[in-house]
Amino acid sequence: MNEPSARTYLFTGIALLAFLGLTIAAAYVNLGPLNTGVAMAISFAKGALIVLFFMHIRYSKPILWVFVGAGFFWLGIMLVLAMSDYMSRGWN
Amino acid sequence: MPDVLAVPIEHQFDDATQQREAATMGMWLFIATEILLFGGMFLGYTAYRHAYPSAFAEASRHTLIAFGGTNTAVLLISSTVMAFAVRAASQNRRKLLGLLLFVTASLGVLFLVIKGLEYAHEINEHLLPGRAFHIDAADPQHAELFFYIYWLMTGVHALHVTIGVVLITFFAFRAWFRDAFRNHDTPIELLGLYWHFVDIVWVFLFPLIYMIDRHS
Repeated sequence: MNEPSARTYLFTGIALLAFLGLTIAAAYVNLGPLNTGVAMAISFAKGALIVLFFMHIRYSKPILWVFVGAGFFWLGIMLVLAMSDYMSRGWN
Repeated sequence: MPDVLAVPIEHQFDDATQQREAATMGMWLFIATEILLFGGMFLGYTAYRHAYPSAFAEASRHTLIAFGGTNTAVLLISSTVMAFAVRAASQNRRKLLGLLLFVTASLGVLFLVIKGLEYAHEINEHLLPGRAFHIDAADPQHAELFFYIYWLMTGVHALHVTIGVVLITFFAFRAWFRDAFRNHDTPIELLGLYWHFVDIVWVFLFPLIYMIDRHS
C-alpha cells in the first residue's frame, strides 16, 4: 500500500476544519429550502475526504472500493426507497 | 508495509499482504453493519423531520451550537492525529505511536466531557424526554420527538466514542511499553478505520441536529 505523505494528512485535516467553518456560516444564511441540501453536500465532502485519505481508500485495491461502496449503497437504498414512500403518500 | 512481519502468516493466506488485506476487508464489512445501524436512526430522523418540519426546526434551536461545533472540531482534529498515529505505526516509531494514540484518546475524552456538560444543561432545561420534559414550542409533542431522536443518536454515538477511547488507550500502552506493533501495524490500521468512521457519523449528525433553520 502506498502510504500518503504527512503533508496530505495535514492538508486533509485543515480542509476538514475549513469545511466545518463553512457549514456553520452557511447555516446562518437564509437559502430557503436549500439550507439542508448545502449542509448535507458539505458533510458528504467531509466524509469523502476522511474515507479517501484518512481511511486510505484512495490508495486501496478495487475490492475495497466495492466493500465501501456497497455499505453506502445499501444505506442509499434504505433512505431513498423509504422516503419516496413517505413523501408520495398521505401519511398524515 | 514492513519488510519482516512480526506475526506468523495463518495457513489460509498466501502471504503477509493477503493476510493484511483480508483483515482490512473484514473491518470494512464491520463498518458496513455500523452504517446500517446508524442508517436506521438517520432514516427515522429523516421521516419524522419530513412529517414535522417546523417542530423539528423549533426544537433544534434549543440545542447548543457552540458545544456541538466545538465537539465537531475536536473529533476532526482527533481523526487527523489518528491518521498520523497510523503512519507512525507503519514506520515502527513506537514512542511516537504511543504518544499520538494518547493524544487521540485524550481528544475523545474531551469530546465526551463537552457532550456530558451539554447533556447536563439539557436535563436542567427539561429537554430530556419523559415526565419532566417541557419546551416552549408550538408543537411540544413533536419537539419532544426530536429530542428522543437527539438523545438516542448522540447517545449511541457517544457509546462508540467511549469504546474507541478505551481501545485506543489500551493500544497506546501496548505500543509504548511492549512495542507490540513493531512490523505488525495492521491492528493500528483497523483501529484507525473505526475511529475515522465514528468521526464521519458525527460529521453528519452535527448539521442535522444543531442547524435546522438556524437563519430564521
